[in-house]
Amino acid sequence: MITNNPFSTLSEVVSPVAMQGFLVTMIALAAIGTLIDIIHKKNVKYFFENAKKAKKNATRELKAGERFSIIAKTVVYDIGTTSELGAGKRRVAHLLGMYGTILFWIASTVMIFCYSSSSTTPFAWPIIWHAGAIMTILGGCWFWFFLRVNVYSEAQPWYRIIKADLFVLALISTSLFGLIWSYLQSLNLNERWDDKVFLVLYVVSNIVLFGGVYWSKFAHMFYKPGAAIQKNLAEADGSRDNLPPEADASEKFGPGIKREAPKHY
Amino acid sequence: MSTFVYMTRCDGCGHCVDICPSDIMHIDETIRRAKNIEPNFCWECYACVKACPNHAIDVRGYADFAPMGHSVRVRREEEKGTISWKIKFRNGTTKDFVSPITTKPWGKFIPKLAEGDKPNQEEIKSQVLYNEPEGLNTKKELPSVPKDSFKKGVYY
Repeated sequence: MITNNPFSTLSEVVSPVAMQGFLVTMIALAAIGTLIDIIHKKNVKYFFENAKKAKKNATRELKAGERFSIIAKTVVYDIGTTSELGAGKRRVAHLLGMYGTILFWIASTVMIFCYSSSSTTPFAWPIIWHAGAIMTILGGCWFWFFLRVNVYSEAQPWYRIIKADLFVLALISTSLFGLIWSYLQSLNLNERWDDKVFLVLYVVSNIVLFGGVYWSKFAHMFYKPGAAIQKNLAEADGSRDNLPPEADASEKFGPGIKREAPKHY
Repeated sequence: MSTFVYMTRCDGCGHCVDICPSDIMHIDETIRRAKNIEPNFCWECYACVKACPNHAIDVRGYADFAPMGHSVRVRREEEKGTISWKIKFRNGTTKDFVSPITTKPWGKFIPKLAEGDKPNQEEIKSQVLYNEPEGLNTKKELPSVPKDSFKKGVYY
């Protein structure tokens, strides 16, 4: 199963052009949803106004090279390793989900556009697709069942679903239904309905995930990198969002309040 | 004045929800980030501002007495045991302050109540509190108020 390209088998029933059209539609839905979100929340306006304020309060001007190096460092460290979540379970779960999703999406695109009509697919791509889906499910479920802040800090019951869950649940169900569909399809069930049901669920969860951008937290993956870059540039140019500079003292104490998980409700 | 959250900085860790003595810092149900649900009940204790590991919480001054352009921000560095303040006035003047939070290692002198002896009835009825008078660094007996001096209707 893990080395089979599920889209290649599917091409016997659904034409590769239809699959490619679906994928393009999903990208378009995500782009339109993000655009409406930007217009509604005025995020870009906020970022530009914040940048203007930072420039006004800057104590030193950053050279182009320095600016580039800060942005590169932010992309590699802050964004690539989600450093803002600190050390702990939340960061590991987020990294699993984030890289799993990226791998899953890249492998889906490559397999649909390059190998859905051919009988042979380099075995690496199906493995990446399946591994990405498993990573997303692990990271997503770990987060949803154990690490949701509204559950562990606010004592809400774990089964209570709020609007903020739309993104993570759609992400988990996309990967989960995709994996089950791929498995059932690899069994060659022919006349059975099982794999077709999960194919429909896989398609529906994709539509919910990409079509629900405006209502879900999907767009945070575009804003968070921007915010991290702005924060580090502000730290370097001295404006620091009006925060005081770091104290000139050695680290001789422990992590203080951070040593305990915030679950003392 | 009341606290508010910079949504671009907040990562929804829950430390402010955990520490708020008024229980007004909560998690937004749409974006799963912190928010002040009742600004009128905020007494500006700055507990959440200091606890936030991402410096995502700030305190907003009312427009009638806090002139526009002012800012009071704080950076708590637990590993260094310091708390730094930056006060920015309307005319652009800034003042920076750094103070120690503690001189003792974190967690070392926190009494482990659960591991201590269970108090007996006499200790529970006593007017001295846990770890008194030793915890106050005094060898003297603490003053107490005799029960017969209580006002009528006050029972302990």
